[in-house]
Amino acid sequence: MENKRKYVIPGDVITTGPYRPEQNVILDGNKIISTAIGISEIYDDSIKVIPLTGKYIPKIDDLVIGKVVSHTSLSWELDINSCYVGFLPAQDVFGRDFSAHADELSSKLKSGDLVAARIANFDRTRDPLVTIADRDLGKIDSGHLVKISPSKVPRLIGKRGTMIQTIEMATGAAITIGQNGWVVVSCETPEGLLKAKKAIQMVDEKAHVANLTDQVKEMLESKSES
Amino acid sequence: MGGRDTTLVLLDENGIRCDGRKVDEPRRIMIKAGGLKNADGSAYIEFGDNKILVGVFGPRDVHPKHMSNTDTGILRVRYHMEPFSVTERKNPAPSRREIEISKVIKEALEPAVMLDKFPRTAVDVFIEVLQADGGTRCAALSAASVALADAGIPMRDMVAACAAGKAADTIILDVNNEEDQAGQADMPIGYMPSLEKITLLQLDGVLTPAEYKKCVETGIHGCKIVYELQKKALTEKYFGNGEK
Repeated sequence: MENKRKYVIPGDVITTGPYRPEQNVILDGNKIISTAIGISEIYDDSIKVIPLTGKYIPKIDDLVIGKVVSHTSLSWELDINSCYVGFLPAQDVFGRDFSAHADELSSKLKSGDLVAARIANFDRTRDPLVTIADRDLGKIDSGHLVKISPSKVPRLIGKRGTMIQTIEMATGAAITIGQNGWVVVSCETPEGLLKAKKAIQMVDEKAHVANLTDQVKEMLESKSES
Repeated sequence: MGGRDTTLVLLDENGIRCDGRKVDEPRRIMIKAGGLKNADGSAYIEFGDNKILVGVFGPRDVHPKHMSNTDTGILRVRYHMEPFSVTERKNPAPSRREIEISKVIKEALEPAVMLDKFPRTAVDVFIEVLQADGGTRCAALSAASVALADAGIPMRDMVAACAAGKAADTIILDVNNEEDQAGQADMPIGYMPSLEKITLLQLDGVLTPAEYKKCVETGIHGCKIVYELQKKALTEKYFGNGEK
């Protein structure tokens, strides 16, 4: 992939010319200006900035990890580490024949439970609607929650999942990454768990470093020897 | 505060100001991005003897709910001076002056932040002046803009701020406390350097049209100096020592 990468801060003019502005850039006359701190990438006809900081903004079809904060008689509210609360309707869990009288929501999900969910619908007029009616979704029974900055999730996954595969292979842990920056790690051995957590935190801290996959690999291997 | 020092020479015959600076020289400025763990974004600035800490939260839920706007996010700014920030204890309750400065800083940041992407949310900016020595609103505005960028709030441009003024019949850059008290004019300017737009302009004092023009130019020159330091602070935090 031939593209010029550059570190930018808000207000920096990335380039001028006929490009299509994508993520985190605006067009001012013919100047293309970054609106975030991050790394700019210029493609053939478009420009985007990969942000290095910022809150999670829900996007349809994102997998997120949420924490149940409360429920009404018809739905749960999930903290999804965003400025909006996730809205999980009861039909999603109980099925179509859900009845607000007969079914008690707290029997399935209590406050404080962790849930793997998918953003089913979201637009600027209402809070994100999440669903757990899918494979691999639903309540998370075991594992440790690690919180990283949502902007660093792509880095943790790596190109075609290389980074996460490296960590999973070296530690034997199963890692579920929510796009909202919450990550659940579960592992049979405590050593593997600690190492996986450390690797995830390392990615969070050093997200801007090049060749991070190699560094993480090195860290994981050096520890296993000692 | 306090009585005027009648022996104070604001500008000597060699063009040196009361604190040893030249007419177009700003004070020593140091900006640091980050530093507060619990805030989403933060910044610390030392602008001469001013010391200011800024914390930014958000975008987050609006409380009270009725303040929220379904079309856009809202920006809330609190400028506050510590009781120990000045020589005589300052009552910690918000004064008339602090309310005014909160408002002007908010209005100076609004053209830069793009909150229309986050309807029904609020971004809160908390500015704490730890030590004050004239020109706090400019220093606070510069730091607030760094903290907003650190929090990842989308912004059209950074806002850099610096004051210019007139003392001893000369246009000077970066007015300090003495020059503010005894001088003839003080003009704080907020400026977006890439877009070349002014977001804050106040003037306390009397200037001729020619002086006014020169004062604005001087102030913008100061803003550009501040901007370079803001850039440096953010680059240092996010990209380490500038490896490309």
